[in-house]
Amino acid sequence: MQKQLIRLCVNGEEREFAAAPNRLLLDALREDLALTGTKRGCDDSSCGCCAVLIDGVPMLSCVALAASYEGSDIVTVEGLGAAGALDPVQEGWVERAGAQCGFCTPGFLITTVALLERNPHPSLEEIREALSSNLCRCTGYMQIYESVRYAVEKHRRQGEQAAPAGRGAER
Amino acid sequence: MTASAKTTTVGKPMPMTDARTKILGLGKYADDLTVPGMLIGRILHSPYPHARIVRIDTSVAEGLDGVRGIATGRDAPTPYGILPIGHDECVFAVDKVRYIGDNVAAVAATSAEVAEQALDLIRVEYQPLGAWLDPEKSMQAESDWIHASRPHNIEKEYHHVFGDVEAGFRQAAFVSEQRYVAGEVNHAAMEPHSTLAIWEPDGRMTVYSSTQVPYYLHRTISEVCELPMNRIRVIKPLIGSGFGGKSEVIPIEVAAAVLAKKTKKPVKITYTREEVFYAHRGRPRTIVDLKMGITREGKIAAVEARVIQDGGAYCGFGPVTVLYSGALLGAIYDVPAVRYDGYRVLTNKPACGAMRGHGTVNVRFAFESMLDRLAEIADIDPAELRCRNLLRAPCVTVNGLRVTSYGLPECIEKVVERSGWRAKRGKLPYGKGMGMACSHYVSGAANPIIRSNMPHTTVNIKIDRDAAVTVYSGASDIGQGSDTMQVQVVAEVLGVRPERIKLIAADTALTPIDLGSYSSRVTFMAGNASIEAAKNMRDQIFAAVAEDFGCRPHELTSTDEVIHKKNDPGVRVGFDEAVGKAIDFHGALVARGSYTPPDEARGAKFKGAGVGPSPSYSYSAQVAEVTVDPETGRVRVDKIVAAHDCGKALNPLAVEGQVIGSVYMGFGQAMEEEMVWNGARLMNPSLLEYRIPTTLENPEIECIIVESEDPEGPFGAKEAGEGSLAATIPAIANAIYDAVGVRINTVPFSPEAVLAALRKQRGAEGKGPQTPSEDRERPR
Repeated sequence: MQKQLIRLCVNGEEREFAAAPNRLLLDALREDLALTGTKRGCDDSSCGCCAVLIDGVPMLSCVALAASYEGSDIVTVEGLGAAGALDPVQEGWVERAGAQCGFCTPGFLITTVALLERNPHPSLEEIREALSSNLCRCTGYMQIYESVRYAVEKHRRQGEQAAPAGRGAER
Repeated sequence: MTASAKTTTVGKPMPMTDARTKILGLGKYADDLTVPGMLIGRILHSPYPHARIVRIDTSVAEGLDGVRGIATGRDAPTPYGILPIGHDECVFAVDKVRYIGDNVAAVAATSAEVAEQALDLIRVEYQPLGAWLDPEKSMQAESDWIHASRPHNIEKEYHHVFGDVEAGFRQAAFVSEQRYVAGEVNHAAMEPHSTLAIWEPDGRMTVYSSTQVPYYLHRTISEVCELPMNRIRVIKPLIGSGFGGKSEVIPIEVAAAVLAKKTKKPVKITYTREEVFYAHRGRPRTIVDLKMGITREGKIAAVEARVIQDGGAYCGFGPVTVLYSGALLGAIYDVPAVRYDGYRVLTNKPACGAMRGHGTVNVRFAFESMLDRLAEIADIDPAELRCRNLLRAPCVTVNGLRVTSYGLPECIEKVVERSGWRAKRGKLPYGKGMGMACSHYVSGAANPIIRSNMPHTTVNIKIDRDAAVTVYSGASDIGQGSDTMQVQVVAEVLGVRPERIKLIAADTALTPIDLGSYSSRVTFMAGNASIEAAKNMRDQIFAAVAEDFGCRPHELTSTDEVIHKKNDPGVRVGFDEAVGKAIDFHGALVARGSYTPPDEARGAKFKGAGVGPSPSYSYSAQVAEVTVDPETGRVRVDKIVAAHDCGKALNPLAVEGQVIGSVYMGFGQAMEEEMVWNGARLMNPSLLEYRIPTTLENPEIECIIVESEDPEGPFGAKEAGEGSLAATIPAIANAIYDAVGVRINTVPFSPEAVLAALRKQRGAEGKGPQTPSEDRERPR
């Protein structure tokens, strides 16, 4: 298949590469853009290891064509957190052992960041519901819930600190 | 070193040393690696379960633009296998294929697309043979054996008798006899296997592979590729977990090496998820015919088991699996007499192997389910029945296993208390139930796979002028946190902060040999070796400091980066300065430590006695609480309380993760995981159809850490990563019985199985006693 120039906005950067129109977003990220944080764990969109944010929505990059997302804002695990700082979700995964082998972790982080964006104080049931599209074989999920709760609490404290300045509390 | 000493790093929750790399997405797993000029490999698999290969024609495929090399059985005919007695696999089939998915050829090409096209162009002529699929029929086979060297398709059989079994059954007041069957399961580690083999310009080879056993991979590649070990370097990158699925050499690893040697290029192959299921090495479908007798007082009098394991087409770890099933069967309790007949049978299906809780899981399900039956017949509370059969450590079991520490009593006590056992068990409304079971596991095998006097692991430590502490260890962290554990124990002994320590792990060019991450050996063995190396390092530093202080080395101690006199903390020197003095004194500092299991731990002397002995054993007790819907047969596991005796939790954060993860995996096998076969064809080789539990089904799991402080463990520690798994399945089975009064003897406990048992129960109602009809109650 004839290659074409594809332009993607990934982690805030404009990236260009040549690839066939049927290039999967997962392969484009991993092979064309050397962003190997996003993982492939299955053949049939069942594991969630390849989740990325597309315009803020967690989507499976293994069933997305790269060329279809020109003009979209794509965030991979490498793009989480502010420059030089961890996202509270990442911090939670470190402090509460959300990651053992770490292979499913990028997908879980992406899904959790999106969850907390739309629901900053999820109940356990809401966390379980939101994370049910991601498989983890190591943790038995309990320390993953703890990691999410750590992030929720961190966001809350950050919100309180930011509140007197009149912003951030609405997050 | 005992646990009673006050510690600063050991015993404290510590995030994994590589956690940041992982959560930033920067960690490199094998498939994340690329090198210039790298080719992509793909493997051609057999469409037949059993067939002779008449001819392979690769000429058309070789002509395809972008194809750089094709390898078949002829390129690497040396058979290999993880056990010295089981070298029955060639990387590509030489004469016969033995299961659907067996490896026939491989292509290296400039892209995955070209490699896949080339596979379609390889012409293979097969002469199909009859396939052996049912182990009970396969072991009766008179001809067409899967391997000519294994008559009647029996890979291995063992017949062990310990104590006086007949006398035991004569003493028994209650005897139960049942058949239990557990389905075949796969590790389903999230990372599919991947190997990058690089042919170096000087005729050496560097191999990055998703392996739990770099040392055995190193040996096997040397044998198959006919390259001396000193020309091969094996490096373990980050591993996306293993659970045993990467604990023997997997065809992909040898295939990549053969292609790299043949093309003189770097070659990477990564399995699809479907290929992971064909490479398999999971837990075999197991048939357990179990008979157990207890006295009126509830003392186990005798146990008899006949175990058949459906091992698939190659040996793999098979004989070890079937030996573990026998060795660990009764050894958790004080059992005076055991008869064990174990059969590892070959069938035309993917090879089984080691999977978390290797060999113990399915027999434990049978044993603990039967204890529950006998408890009811004898009218003894199931927790109490177990308490009446405890070992008294230190002791040696009837089959020669040395027990040095035994936290099982405390585990039972803790789960009884935390679960509300006394108030709930047997007293919940119909449809709700509670069940208990126990399990145990080895902290490493006391005997190596390949007979040798070599230490099982060695650790080197180097300190230079920068005072950075570099630890070199061959141990393989596969996600369980063993790198972190080693950093912790070295920090503790040297009295420095963990941040000062850099661990270089599992690179055969840099790190001394460690046998690998299997049989839960790493904490015990690499932990002890790390402590010894750190002590040797500390001695060198103390010698120099003592000279400076004009005192004896033993008068010194080291804490929080300061070395000072024990009885005069004012006489002190910082770690960096102390290192400087020591280097002036000795030159750059190097120290070594190693671990060899003591002779007393190596077991008895009968045939097969080598498997089962361990320097120490972990213990676990669990209580499961379930809700059963009698209309649909659906079982919901509401909560599992698991107490695990890990000796000493060096890193409680990691121990908790290991115990909960084990329970989770047991829950998966109990409730929904099973490899489903239609004849020789696997019907669910994907994570969509082979369902591992998601957040929605997974129960709440509570972990209680019990610390029995093993006298030989590193700071008292034992294994934590496998032992809990085996208790989960029978705990759930026993809870189902408590909920609705049916015994399910087949795993998984699917709605169909539960519903069928409930229907049978309704049909049998009013026909006699409450005890299941298969049980024989025999008054003394």
